[in-house]
Amino acid sequence: MDRPIRVLVAKPGLDGHDRGAKVVARALRDAGMEVIYTGLRQTPEQIVAAAIQEDVDVVAMSILSGAHNHLFPKVVNLLRGEGADDILVIGGGVIPDDDIPGLKDAGIEAIFTPGTATSDIIYFINNNLKR
Amino acid sequence: MNIEERLLAGDKRACARLISMLENNDREAFELVKKLYYKSKGAYVIGITGSPGSGKSTLTDKLTKVLRKANKKVGIIAIDPTSPFSGGAILGDRIRMNDLSLDKDVFIRSMGTRGSLGGISKATRGAVRVLDIFGCDYIFIETVGVGQSEIDIVKTADTVVMVMVPNMGDDIQAIKAGTMEIADVFAINKSDLDGADKTKLELEMNLDLNEEKSYRPPVLKVAAGKNQGIEELIMSIMKHKRYLEESGELKNRRIRNNKQELIELTQDELIRIIMEKAVEKDLLDKLAKEVTEKNLDPYTAKDTIVNLIRS
Amino acid sequence: MFDERKLDGIKSSLNKWKKNNVEKAISEFPERKGKFTTTSNIEVKRLYTPLDIAEMDYEEDLGYPGQYPYTRGVQPTMYRGRLWTMRQYAGFGNAEESNRRYKYLLEQGQTGLSIAFDLPTQIGYDSDDALSEGEVGKVGVAIDSLKDMETLFDGIPLEKVSTSMTINAPASVLLAMYIAVGEKQGISPDKLRGTIQNDILKEYIARGTYIFPPEQSMRLITNIFEYCSKEVPWWNTISISGYHIREAGSTASQELAFTLADGIAYVEAAIKAGLDVDDFAPRLSFFFNSHNDLFEEVAKFRAARRLWARIMKERFKAKNPKSMQLKFHTQTAGSTLTAQQPDNNIIRVAIQTLAAILGGTQSLHTNSRDEALALPTEDSVRIALRTQQIFGYESGVTETIDPLGGSFYVESLTNEIEDQAVKYIETIDALGGVSKAIENGYIQKEIQNAAYKYQMEVEAKEQVLIGVNKFIVEEEAKKDLLKVDPQVELKQREKLAKLKAERDNIKVDSSLELLKEKASTDENLMPYILEAVKSYASLGEICNVLREVFGEYEQSVIL
Repeated sequence: MDRPIRVLVAKPGLDGHDRGAKVVARALRDAGMEVIYTGLRQTPEQIVAAAIQEDVDVVAMSILSGAHNHLFPKVVNLLRGEGADDILVIGGGVIPDDDIPGLKDAGIEAIFTPGTATSDIIYFINNNLKR
Repeated sequence: MNIEERLLAGDKRACARLISMLENNDREAFELVKKLYYKSKGAYVIGITGSPGSGKSTLTDKLTKVLRKANKKVGIIAIDPTSPFSGGAILGDRIRMNDLSLDKDVFIRSMGTRGSLGGISKATRGAVRVLDIFGCDYIFIETVGVGQSEIDIVKTADTVVMVMVPNMGDDIQAIKAGTMEIADVFAINKSDLDGADKTKLELEMNLDLNEEKSYRPPVLKVAAGKNQGIEELIMSIMKHKRYLEESGELKNRRIRNNKQELIELTQDELIRIIMEKAVEKDLLDKLAKEVTEKNLDPYTAKDTIVNLIRS
Repeated sequence: MFDERKLDGIKSSLNKWKKNNVEKAISEFPERKGKFTTTSNIEVKRLYTPLDIAEMDYEEDLGYPGQYPYTRGVQPTMYRGRLWTMRQYAGFGNAEESNRRYKYLLEQGQTGLSIAFDLPTQIGYDSDDALSEGEVGKVGVAIDSLKDMETLFDGIPLEKVSTSMTINAPASVLLAMYIAVGEKQGISPDKLRGTIQNDILKEYIARGTYIFPPEQSMRLITNIFEYCSKEVPWWNTISISGYHIREAGSTASQELAFTLADGIAYVEAAIKAGLDVDDFAPRLSFFFNSHNDLFEEVAKFRAARRLWARIMKERFKAKNPKSMQLKFHTQTAGSTLTAQQPDNNIIRVAIQTLAAILGGTQSLHTNSRDEALALPTEDSVRIALRTQQIFGYESGVTETIDPLGGSFYVESLTNEIEDQAVKYIETIDALGGVSKAIENGYIQKEIQNAAYKYQMEVEAKEQVLIGVNKFIVEEEAKKDLLKVDPQVELKQREKLAKLKAERDNIKVDSSLELLKEKASTDENLMPYILEAVKSYASLGEICNVLREVFGEYEQSVIL
C-alpha cells in the first residue's frame, strides 16, 4: 500500500538545542514522510503517548545533554509496555561511542552522531521499518 | 483481543491504527467500520478554522481542558498541509497540546492533507467515525487555514468556530471570500492586542447584512494564551448546539453531510475501479496521447473509460 | 576615502588586468568554483581594491580605537595594554567537582571563571524534580540552593576573580546566590565583578532554556538592571548573545542582526521601566560566536561595534560614550567541531581564536577538541586554553590594534554585513519588534532556513567538511571521554533532602510567601529573591513561586 511513513520527531529531556531535530524533520518531510514534531522538553511518557495516538512507524529522538542513557531506553520500555514494539526507535545527538552498544541493546536501533548526513537517516528508516 | 474489541475497550492503539487504515484506504478498515458503525453514539463535532497563526491549536487545547473538567471524552484531529513537492508534511499542532497527550480521555491525531482531491475530507470523516466509535463525546477538527479545502473539511462539523486575530489583512480577505458564511461562532483570539474591538465591529456589521437568518453567529473576544474568554466560547458553542438540536437543523446538517460523504465514497470507489482497469490496459496514457494528437476528442475518450466499468 | 582621479585610474587599470591577465589565466586554468561565497553566502570577489571602499569615510566609519564609532576597538590600546580575558566555560557534576576544576583552571593561568550550570538549574528545577531525571550534573554543575553555591566557590576569593554565569531564566536567583556567597566571604556587592547571561530573548529564539512568558521575563531582567546599577555596580547585567543563534544555524549577518535587535528590545524595556539609558547601557555586554570563515568573522565583530554605537547614539540618544561601546565575549563555534577525526578540531578552534582576536574580543572561550563527543577532558581543555595563550604570547597578532583595518576586503565585508544586519533590523521593526518577530516565528524561520540550506550544501559536498564529507578515514571508537558519575544525581538529591530537613523552614516559607506577594506587584523582586536565597529556599522552590504567578512560556515552533 502506498502510504507515507509517519515519524515522530521528539526532543526528550531539557536541552533546547533543536537545530538537528528540526533539520532532520525537514529532511524527512522532503523525503515524503509525515513528521509529527512535538517540540522541546518532552517526557518519555508524552513521547510514547504521542507515538501511539499518531500511529507512527518511527520514533526519532535527539538529545544533546548527555541524558540519553536514561531517557532513550525509557521510551523503548514504555513503548513495549504498550505493546507497540513494531515502532522503529532511533536516536541522535552528542552520544559517546562507548554508550552506543548499550543503547542498541536497549532497543534503540540506530544512533546518529554529529556529522551524519540526513540521507543516511532516510536510508536507514526506509530499510528498517518494522511493519 | 482483536482490533474491534480493543477499540471498544478504549485502547488508543487500536483507535490509532484504525484511523491509519482508513486514511490509507485499507479495505479491511471499511469492513470493520461497517460492523462498528452502530456502536457510535453520535459525537458532537466542532470545526476550528481560521488563518495560520491565529492560535487555533492553543484555542483547541484550552477548549478541550474545559470539556475535560466536565468529564467529557474528547478527540482532536489536527490537520496540516502536505508538501505538494515531496508528499511529506510536518505536523506540528501537538506542540500546543502536549500536556493533553497523557490524558486517557483525550485522543489527538495529526493529519496531512495528502495529495488527492477531496482526500482529506474523506480521511477526516473516517477519523471522526473512528473517534465516535471510540466513545468521544466531542471531536475537534482543526484545519490549516481558510482555503477551499478547509471549507470542505469544516463543513463536516456540527459547529464551526472561525478564529480571527485583530488587525490581520487575512481576516478581511476571509470575509470577502465568503468564508464567513460557514462560521457559527466567531472567536477573535489574541484580543488583548489593539484592534480587537475594531475587528469585532467589522464582523458585526457584516453579520447585520444577514439579519433575516434565524441564527446569528456570536462574535467573542478571547485570548487563548492567557486563558481568557474560553468558558464563554464553550457556552456559545453549546448554545449553537442547542439551537441546532431544537430547530431540527442538526439532523438536517448531518443528513447533508452524510449525503456528501456517500457521494465522495461512491465517486472514490468508481474512480478506483475504473483506474484499476484503465491502468491495467495502459489505456489512460494511450487515450491522453490520442486526445493530444487530435485523433480523438476528450468526451469520446471519457466514454471509453466509463464503459470499462460495465465490462 | 581616495582621490577621485586616482580611483578612475584604478578602475581602468583593474579592467586592463581583468582583460589581459585574468581572462587568459581562466581560459587555461578555470577557477575552482563558478561562484565564491563566505559561509554566510556573501559573494566573494576575486580581488578587492580601493574601488570597493571608495564611499567610506575614514573618520566617520572607522575612527580610532576607543573612539566613536569604535569600529577598530573599544579601548585606546587594546591588547597592548592587556590581553583579553581567557575564560573557559566549565562545570559538571556537583559543586565539589566543579570547584576543583575551577581551581585547576586558575592555576593554569586562566583569568576569569565561567560557570556552566546543568539543565535543571537553567530551567529552574531542583535535582529531585521528576523532569530533572537523567539531567542532573550533565551539561554543567547542579545548583539547588545557596549551600551548593557556597561549595562551588569554596576557597576562591570573589573579590579577586571575575565570574561569568551562563544563566538566563533564573538569572536573578543565581545572582542573588552569588551576592550571598560574597557576603559570607565578607565581600560587599560593590566589589563583585562578573557577568550573568540573562538574555531570555535568544532562549525563545534559539537555545530553549526559558521558563516564563516574555513580559514577565523582561520584568525580571529590568529588575536586575535597576538593582545592580545601585548595589552591584561592576556587574555586567546581561550578555546579549548571538552565540546560540549562530549555533542554531544562522548566518553571520543574521547572528549580528538578531543579537542587536535583542539588544534594542532590552534597552527599550529598561527605558520603559523608567531607567535612564546611560545608567544601565554601560553594563550591557555581548556574546558572539567565532566561526571558521576568518575574514567574515573579523568583519562581523567590527560591524557589530560600529552598528551598536550608531544605534545607541542615534536611536537611543545615549550621551555616555560607554553606553555606545559594544564589549563582547566570544566562544569558538561548537557546531563546527566534528566527531570525526576530533584532533582536527584543534585547528578549527585556532582559526576561530584568531578571528576573535583580530576582531577585538574582550574575553574568549576556546572549545575543546572532544566536544562533539562528550564533555571535554582536562587534557583537551588545557590544549584549548594553550591555543589562546600561544596566540596571545607568541604570534605577534596582538602587538598592533585592528591589524586588518584598511584591508580592502575586510572593510568591504564589514560594510556588507552591517548593511545586511540593518535590513534585518528594519524588517523586525516593521513587524513590531523582536517579541512579535519571535511570536510569529519570523526569526526562527530565517535561522532554520539557513541551517537547512547549510546541511544540504554539506550533503551535496558544496560545503567541504574535512573528515566528514572529504578526507574520511575509518576510525576506532573514541575512548577516554569524560563521564559524569551517575551517582551525582543521587547524591545531589540526598544533599537537597538533608538541607530541607535542616534549614529553618518557617523562614523559608515566609520568604517565599513574601516573594509571591511581591511578584504580582510592580516592585523590584531582587531584594525578595535575595532574602529567599539566604533562607536556603531552593532554586526550584523560588522558581515555582514565580511560575504560579507568571505562568510558563509556550514554545512557538514554525518549521
